[in-house]
Amino acid sequence: MIAQSFQYESPGSLSEAISLLNKYGDDAKVLSGGHSLIPMMKLRLATPAYLIDINGIPGLSHISEDGGIVRIGALVREAEVEHSDLLAKHFPIFRDVTKLIADPQVRNMGTLGGNLAHGDAANDHPAVMLALRASVAITSAEGEREVPIDEFFFGFYMTAVQQGEILTEIRIPVPPNGTGSAYHKLERKVGDYATSGAAVQLTIGEMGVVTAVGIGLTNVNSVPLRAVRSEEALLGKPLSEETIALAAQYASEDCNPSADLRGSEEYKRHVTGVLVKRMIHKAAERALN
Amino acid sequence: MNKTINVTVNGTKHTLDVEPRLLLVHMIREVLNLTGTHIGCDTSSCGACTILLNGKSIKSCTVLAVQADGKSITTIEGLAPEGGPLHPLQEGFKENHGLHCGFCTPGMILRAHELLEKNPNPTEDEIRWGISGNLCRCTGYNNIVKAITWAGTKMRGEETPSTEPEFV
Repeated sequence: MIAQSFQYESPGSLSEAISLLNKYGDDAKVLSGGHSLIPMMKLRLATPAYLIDINGIPGLSHISEDGGIVRIGALVREAEVEHSDLLAKHFPIFRDVTKLIADPQVRNMGTLGGNLAHGDAANDHPAVMLALRASVAITSAEGEREVPIDEFFFGFYMTAVQQGEILTEIRIPVPPNGTGSAYHKLERKVGDYATSGAAVQLTIGEMGVVTAVGIGLTNVNSVPLRAVRSEEALLGKPLSEETIALAAQYASEDCNPSADLRGSEEYKRHVTGVLVKRMIHKAAERALN
Repeated sequence: MNKTINVTVNGTKHTLDVEPRLLLVHMIREVLNLTGTHIGCDTSSCGACTILLNGKSIKSCTVLAVQADGKSITTIEGLAPEGGPLHPLQEGFKENHGLHCGFCTPGMILRAHELLEKNPNPTEDEIRWGISGNLCRCTGYNNIVKAITWAGTKMRGEETPSTEPEFV
């Protein structure tokens, strides 16, 4: 399959890329890892007239920590996320999630920034970012703005990234001691989109009380879904089988999956509850160790 | 509008004038006539088109030729000198019956190449996860896992296990 013809640009700086995006407007698409965009172009579901390849832009490939924030550049590959010791130290959830994203070759190309900017609720990182309460830096000719992850996803393939803007960095607050995180998705085979997926990060304080919690769900809503009632069921209370069961029940009630080849709506609600329960247990186990 | 790119393929430098929409796999097969890289699914699922781009295994059906500008590529043809001894991975696949029809083999070997480079002594589980992006419809994978294990042993300079068939 061959994509429709386009003009290829490979800017060497962020400002050059942004001026190209302003010049070409809606006719331009940003190329990062390309493992969602190029398949769509081959199928002619996407037919950009201009492709702005940002891979040659320096300064977007860092994973660093300063001032209690972990910063991940938009061009960091999934394989780098998978093998980063810094990320593994604070967020064991990244080892869970990257292993389940596509396959090793795709992870050598695919980027974390692209995974988010694609705006697909079936992707895995959005739910993880909801659980970790990340924010996203977006850069335009006017400068940079920081958008909390809860205000980032607008709809199917639509995000806060507007015309003339590029997602440049992901920022995640370093959690306190006593925090654990975990992710799992049910997939039919390696590389499949999730039937459902659950990302959990929780902090356990004195007397086993949950002092912070984030729960995100994959592919069971038109946009990546924060399980608000599930979080409320845990927050401020000692973690118990009862509160966990309630959180799982709320997640299965509050998600909005659609029936497809991966299963019926009822089945997906059930799986969502099971995954939320298991990931709370796993995150809690990691928090206590 | 065409773009001029410089790529080093199996050690040889090429300057090519390519259409931006030309896929890397088509550049390799149809411009450079290196047909050892196969096209299977054409949707980045099967791994038959796997090559090394700057040493990293990638699926060349989902990368544009222009993205390889300034980079180096290794295909199956570049793994061992022509007429010379086989690469330990090629030898491993041959000795352990790691292929039947052979269609997936070039991609399988190049993927295993990066795997062994990063993890010279992988467990069976690590090998199976490591080749999870490569489909084989003949072998059932057992002999592929054996072949990669065998190649790893040889590349570490240890004595390779016997590949004589076991009769039971």
